[in-house]
Amino acid sequence: MKYSKTDYSTLSPGKKLAVKYFVVAIILFGAQLLFGAIAGAQYLHPGLFYNTLDFNVVRMVHINAMVVWMLYGFIGSVYWLIEDEAQTELVGYTLGNLAFWILTLAVTVVVAVYLLVQIGPGNQLSLWLINEGREYIEAPRWADIGIVICMLIFFYNVSATFMKGRWTGIAGVLVLDLVALAGLYLAGMFYTPNISIDQYWWWVIHLWIEATWEVLVGCIMAWALMHLLGTPRRIVQTWLYIEVALMFGPGILGLGHHYFWIGTPEYWLTIGGFFSALEPIPLVAMVVHAVYDAGKHDFKNRNHPAMAWLIAHAFGNFFGAGVWGFMHTLPQINLYTHGTQWSASHGHLAFFGAYASINIAMWYIAVQKLRGDVPFDSRLPHAWRWKWALALLNIGVLGMTLALLVSGYEQSFIERAIEGSTWAGYFKAQTAKWFVQGMWWRQFFGYATIAGYLLLVWDLATIGKTVSQPASGADKLPAHQPAVSR
Amino acid sequence: MNKSPWWASESFWRKTAVWVTAGMLVVLIFLTFDTVKKITAGSQRVPPYSVINKRIYYRLNPKRGFMEPIIGDDAPLFGTRLDEVEAEKLVSSGKMTIQAKNCMNCHTLLGNGAYYAPDLTKAWLDQGWGSELVREQMMVRFLMDPKTNGRGYGTMRRMPNLNITEKEARGIVAFLKWMASIDTNGFPHNFKTIPQEGDQ
Ligand code: HEM
Ligand SMILES: [Fe+2]
Repeated sequence: MKYSKTDYSTLSPGKKLAVKYFVVAIILFGAQLLFGAIAGAQYLHPGLFYNTLDFNVVRMVHINAMVVWMLYGFIGSVYWLIEDEAQTELVGYTLGNLAFWILTLAVTVVVAVYLLVQIGPGNQLSLWLINEGREYIEAPRWADIGIVICMLIFFYNVSATFMKGRWTGIAGVLVLDLVALAGLYLAGMFYTPNISIDQYWWWVIHLWIEATWEVLVGCIMAWALMHLLGTPRRIVQTWLYIEVALMFGPGILGLGHHYFWIGTPEYWLTIGGFFSALEPIPLVAMVVHAVYDAGKHDFKNRNHPAMAWLIAHAFGNFFGAGVWGFMHTLPQINLYTHGTQWSASHGHLAFFGAYASINIAMWYIAVQKLRGDVPFDSRLPHAWRWKWALALLNIGVLGMTLALLVSGYEQSFIERAIEGSTWAGYFKAQTAKWFVQGMWWRQFFGYATIAGYLLLVWDLATIGKTVSQPASGADKLPAHQPAVSR
Repeated sequence: MNKSPWWASESFWRKTAVWVTAGMLVVLIFLTFDTVKKITAGSQRVPPYSVINKRIYYRLNPKRGFMEPIIGDDAPLFGTRLDEVEAEKLVSSGKMTIQAKNCMNCHTLLGNGAYYAPDLTKAWLDQGWGSELVREQMMVRFLMDPKTNGRGYGTMRRMPNLNITEKEARGIVAFLKWMASIDTNGFPHNFKTIPQEGDQ
């Protein structure tokens, strides 16, 4: 088979690296879904893989694959846009390439150990070599160190490239955000017997996903709107600053919504409740921004799938993080929802809506370039593929979210409110009819999501291949388009 | 380019973003120092590890409007009194085992973790252990062989065998007992505890 239009070899260094990161991200996305399906099935058939591949291992791989593929996607996205933004070639391609292979090797080893070794005796060595046993940051300590080194290389490449080329508003926000991102990760690397202190720092996760990641995707969104629609830089950068202010303003102290019940003082009930309740504001602003910009340009653009996924991102972020987060963020409500399927409901819609969607948009932007910049618009053959992938993925995740919400409600009522969270109460909720129904529906919509993923991969592999539009056709990029092609 | 009003200008929002972020960070750092002091083991909210020598209750405090742990008379774990250093060592070995066995990806601790198995915050006080007299032994036996000793309460869900040694199991029980003594602002709400000596 010949990829007639895939001119990977002619890509600039940054974009070459980006494609590598995207490919691994897509593979890990598939792994996430596979292990999610197994974990969901274990709720329905608890005997499945009992004592060979238990729920804790499956769920850990499910969640870690997700966090890691999203990081790969973000790194890839930044490498993709940095040369356009800095208007110079990437500094440190060789180093970046090395970091890519080290990171990928490390991820492979970590996953193999998760699956084959799984657990160890209760000593430091297990935490260093097998897994750390802390939710979301399970990666063993040796891998933590490797990850930080790779992130430092990435950080160096990004800031050095901006330094050499053009320093923009997006560049400033991006570089500071990456410092915070790496710093937070470092803060999570320690052991303490004190579970309250452990979970106080463990919620560096919050500052990742509700602050630094949000701002990172804000940067990507700003660039993508310029790239796809030709929105003027002044406008996207002003919006970016507004978003940073509105995101970090409440988001930093909004951290308090994880400090209601872990032993931390009562003032966190007030602080966490108040500030986290304000967190949805920037997400509303983002919807307004994206839809307004797209509408202002009559939705005219040369990459319909990417634009559709950007809009899906704006709404997904708003509903998943903003609405679903708000629903259980007040302590009076969280007392009953904390640690139930409620969190799972919110987690699914938030991660998918906010972060999966914008990564997929970037993949479509990249793949367009790989297919010789042909237009991905209404003339595109086989357009049903990307449309059905979009529909199936979104309906699948939304369906899972609603199903988990029903189960979460049942669990809150029965286990938390009525039974007072005893072991017997826990199982009473788990066997309640509507709880179980919710679990079946979650599984059904999970399979819909997987179908959407398969279609997405097929589409990315084939989209635009049969279009024979010359690269520099009559319909070029929008007028305001900053210099992209070299 | 026409001039925007000040409230819509790029530079105004850049400055706002910087100041808001910096300000909030300072507040967070200040609160962190205060909080860490208040949750260090041995503080009012998070008792010293030697609390495993005492009986622990979980009762409603009408003034605060929710339940809180109460520390009672002597009731040394496994019948042996430990000093602070020994107690910390035992609890820490339990915590380390909980991490190495990846308990948190099925259970929740203080409500955080996975939702496939019950919350462990007050597991020490759970009625499921039968009576105060057999609790410690029941817990150790269960942890070492959950396949045989587990009860799924009507689900088919069973905890897997995690190759927990007796020494590790004792550490875990110590950790769970200590964790039950943490003041969690009333979470879990309305928890029904095992009857213990000294209960009214
Ligand atoms: C894209 C951004 C977000 C993502 C990806 C996200 C994801 C998550 C995830 C996965 C959890 C589950 C943690 C666990 O128990 O293991 C969680 C918890 C939570 N989130 Fe978010 N979230 C986001 C934004 C928000 C926002 C904006 C709010 C508030 C308005 C919010 C409110 C909450 C609350 C209250 C919890 C605590 C649940 C509990 O432990 O009781 N989240 N989030
Ligand atoms: Fe949060």
